[in-house]
Amino acid sequence: MPHSDILKDAAAENRIFASRALIAFILILALTLGLTVRLVYLQIVGHEHYATLAKNNHIKIASLPPTRGIIYDRKGRILAENIPTYSLELIPEQIRDMDDTLARLQQLLAIPDEKIEQYQKLRKREKRFTSTPLLLRMDDEEVAKFAAVRPFFPGVDIQAQLVRHYPFGLLTSHVVGFVGRINERELKTLPAAEYRSTHHVGKVGIELAYEAELHGKSGYAEIETNAQSRAISTIKTTDPIPGANLHLTLDIDLQKTAYEGLDIYNGAVVAIDIKTGGVLALASRPGFDPNPFVYGIDRKTYHELQTSEDQPMFNRALRGQYPPGSTLKPFMALAGLEYQVINANNRKFCPGYFQLPNVKHKYRDWKHGGHGTIAMNAAIVQSCDVYFYELALSLGIDNIHAFLARFGFGEKSGIDLVGEKEGLLPSKKWKRKARNQSWYPGETLITGIGQGFTQVTPLQLARATATLANKGVIVNPHLVDRLADSDDNNTAPLPQHQAIIPLQPDHVNTVIKAMIDVVHSSRGTARVISKGIDYRIAGKTGTAQVFTVKQEERYNENKIDFKLRDHALFIAFAPADDPQIAVAVIAEHGGHGGSVAAPIAGKIIRQYLGETSDASRDAQ
Amino acid sequence: MQVETRSEQFDRHSIIGRLLTKLHLDIPLLLGLVLISALSYLILYSAGGQDMKILNRQAVRSGIAFILMMVLAHINPYQFKRYSVLLYSIGVFLLIAVLVMGEIGKGAQRWLDLGLFRFQPSEMIKITTPMMVAWYLSIDSLPPKWKQLGGAGLLILMPTLLIAKQPDLGTALLVASSGAAAIFFAGLSWRFISVVVVTLASLTPVLWHFMRDYQRDRVLTFLNPEADPMGRGYHIIQSKIAIGSGGIYGKGWQGSTQAQLDFLPESSTDFIFAVFAEEFGLSGCLTLLVLYVAIISRCLYIAVQAQDTYTRLLAGSLGFTFFVYVFVNIGMVIGILPVVGVPLPLISYGGTSMVTLLAGFGILMSIHTHRKFLPT
Repeated sequence: MPHSDILKDAAAENRIFASRALIAFILILALTLGLTVRLVYLQIVGHEHYATLAKNNHIKIASLPPTRGIIYDRKGRILAENIPTYSLELIPEQIRDMDDTLARLQQLLAIPDEKIEQYQKLRKREKRFTSTPLLLRMDDEEVAKFAAVRPFFPGVDIQAQLVRHYPFGLLTSHVVGFVGRINERELKTLPAAEYRSTHHVGKVGIELAYEAELHGKSGYAEIETNAQSRAISTIKTTDPIPGANLHLTLDIDLQKTAYEGLDIYNGAVVAIDIKTGGVLALASRPGFDPNPFVYGIDRKTYHELQTSEDQPMFNRALRGQYPPGSTLKPFMALAGLEYQVINANNRKFCPGYFQLPNVKHKYRDWKHGGHGTIAMNAAIVQSCDVYFYELALSLGIDNIHAFLARFGFGEKSGIDLVGEKEGLLPSKKWKRKARNQSWYPGETLITGIGQGFTQVTPLQLARATATLANKGVIVNPHLVDRLADSDDNNTAPLPQHQAIIPLQPDHVNTVIKAMIDVVHSSRGTARVISKGIDYRIAGKTGTAQVFTVKQEERYNENKIDFKLRDHALFIAFAPADDPQIAVAVIAEHGGHGGSVAAPIAGKIIRQYLGETSDASRDAQ
Repeated sequence: MQVETRSEQFDRHSIIGRLLTKLHLDIPLLLGLVLISALSYLILYSAGGQDMKILNRQAVRSGIAFILMMVLAHINPYQFKRYSVLLYSIGVFLLIAVLVMGEIGKGAQRWLDLGLFRFQPSEMIKITTPMMVAWYLSIDSLPPKWKQLGGAGLLILMPTLLIAKQPDLGTALLVASSGAAAIFFAGLSWRFISVVVVTLASLTPVLWHFMRDYQRDRVLTFLNPEADPMGRGYHIIQSKIAIGSGGIYGKGWQGSTQAQLDFLPESSTDFIFAVFAEEFGLSGCLTLLVLYVAIISRCLYIAVQAQDTYTRLLAGSLGFTFFVYVFVNIGMVIGILPVVGVPLPLISYGGTSMVTLLAGFGILMSIHTHRKFLPT
């Protein structure tokens, strides 16, 4: 059955096939002719009709931009607002000679070449019929100048629009962040329909983290236009829905104290409301003025910001990673108590150095000659290194890692900002994986005093301090308190879930007592801030080594370069018996935690608690 | 005898001639394909909003498709015949697989995820169905008897219904017509044809009953586009405005206002002909039609020159299906056929249809260039 070729009449088949192919070909020609007839009808007979339709009766869908939400601090002061400005916009489609128009505008309004270049780039990205801005934030004189000659510039017009403004500039540059023009990369990821008429998008800080909420929903209008694309009538309008207003937990007064307190030092300050986790201050110095970014920063200023050794664009509070130094000691002491490797009353002898068995290397104490015989309280108050070398050794690195991890070291705090760093909490496993090396006992020692591999961000330090003050109830830092619509109702409170580190109350109290003594006892390293307050502050100073001192040398602050001087750190919370606020301060190359970092924290605490006690007094 | 004459011919040819013989490429067909591809890039650049990425992606796709075409042109058509049944069975099996576990894409089940790449079995079946029908009809002498017609009908109906169920009306139509073309070329009696036409006409209401809502919408819109100018009729109205406003000479390359202003939807894919017509006018459209007809004529010529029933039917069917492609797409864009999802062959943006089409041309080239080697 399969091969019966022999039976086939090849010639007959050829004939059938050839005739069918011919019929198919005729059919194809006929149908193609049909298509042609229709094309002739559309393109010749109907040409005028369709050409008129194409030209005259455009119904354009114009997107209406939503108003960006306003950002307030905890007392309702505006941190980011929208102010009306005028811009000069061009519609390329309606301009016959673009080069000539630009040249005349440049002469009239003295526009720098750079702006023209920027505009040319922007124009290529947009469609020919969209209105694209050449000048933003025109001053009154420019507006008047152009208004007088407007008829000579078809396709060019002045548009009023709202522009983002940050009244506190420098102070909020990192935390509130700023918006900038949408770039090509962002254009691909943002929902196109929503951003058709929006030119700006959050770039850093709250502006970036809450872009979706702040932006709102764009509306649209169906507009009938004539052949010159001038609007004839609006057929239907759907109003845009403004973005949500954000109420932050940030207090701009505290933010100011924090930023200005750092004074000549680069560094960061983070203050947290212990009861809610609301961030009261999150300052990184140096900052920068965010406002130029909104309307297009000029290249020179931007280059300076990018290349400055002080890295003003770098958010140290969120992304700066520092050795915690002695600020880690209260946590280490608590670990020792919890793992029962130490008793708070046990005394140890500090000769000024520590040696591992059979090792020549001397792990030195910061105090030449040592602290003598001391127990835990004195070891924390005087920040004895030898005490904590021994403690770390008895705990072992794995216990240290496990305990500190619960306080949030080595992981992101989960704050509502983008780009937070994790810091580094070393362990045997980490070292094997990251460096492919085994762990040495000497490394456990220096981990015990907050040196070595350990790195923390100022935010992590503040969070851990707040959690300690909270007696193990973990504090989750956040910046946005609530979202509200333009009528200030319909608030959306943020979800709060709290985890607890199980801790023995007397262990915590022992450590807190020592931290109180750091501030209030006569030998405390931060006693300068104890004057004139009717409550108690618990704190701990720290000094983080930047520069390694050789075995037989002594660290001499005056002798070495500023850039190699130690970082000054301080953590604190107050009032000690009913903690309200936790603060962490890092002053880069500040030298001593007690003299440089502690006073900044002291000022913030005073200001915050002074206000709340004033308020409660007023209420009574 | 014939073998000798052909080899003498080759001697007169240059090295290029020898090379092309080695490559098994058919020059007239290749020339037509290259010309159409060139037009495709030109109009895609314009319709895609001057986006070079679209062009690059399309270039990569057509590169792959051309390589596949050259590989297929190398294979002896005897091999196609040998594996027709197997390939067809795999195709039908995959179609069932798609229905059972296919990925949902655009609300229709068309894709099969093979891990490395996604694959559309309905594309493969566009080629394997005419192969199968040609194989089946070549078993016995032509013209086919009633029993054979019934068998061939079943072979066509199976994949067609499976694809229509996905639902992909456009592809189902192409598969059905490729099989029908093979039967027609085999010498289907005129009486039978008239019976089918009458039956189909009476079946229309039944078909209507089984259509999805969006398919019904398309048909209704086609019958009266002006009834819903901002909704369902929008495609056709805007497309007619684009074509009509092009006039005789068009608005010039990149001059399409309808596409540039986003009035015309799917301007890079199914409705690309409207952009072409707007920018190059009637003169451009006629040039394009002539090019298409030239390619189809070459296909039919190859079919007539073919030496056995299988290759003849297969070549004829592939050529005719190519025309159906062109006719259905242009017909829908100019508003004389309902809107079904069929791209303009070799011009619309998209990879899958390009690969299938060039695979078909590869088979045609194989049929033409292997003639003397066929076992007789």
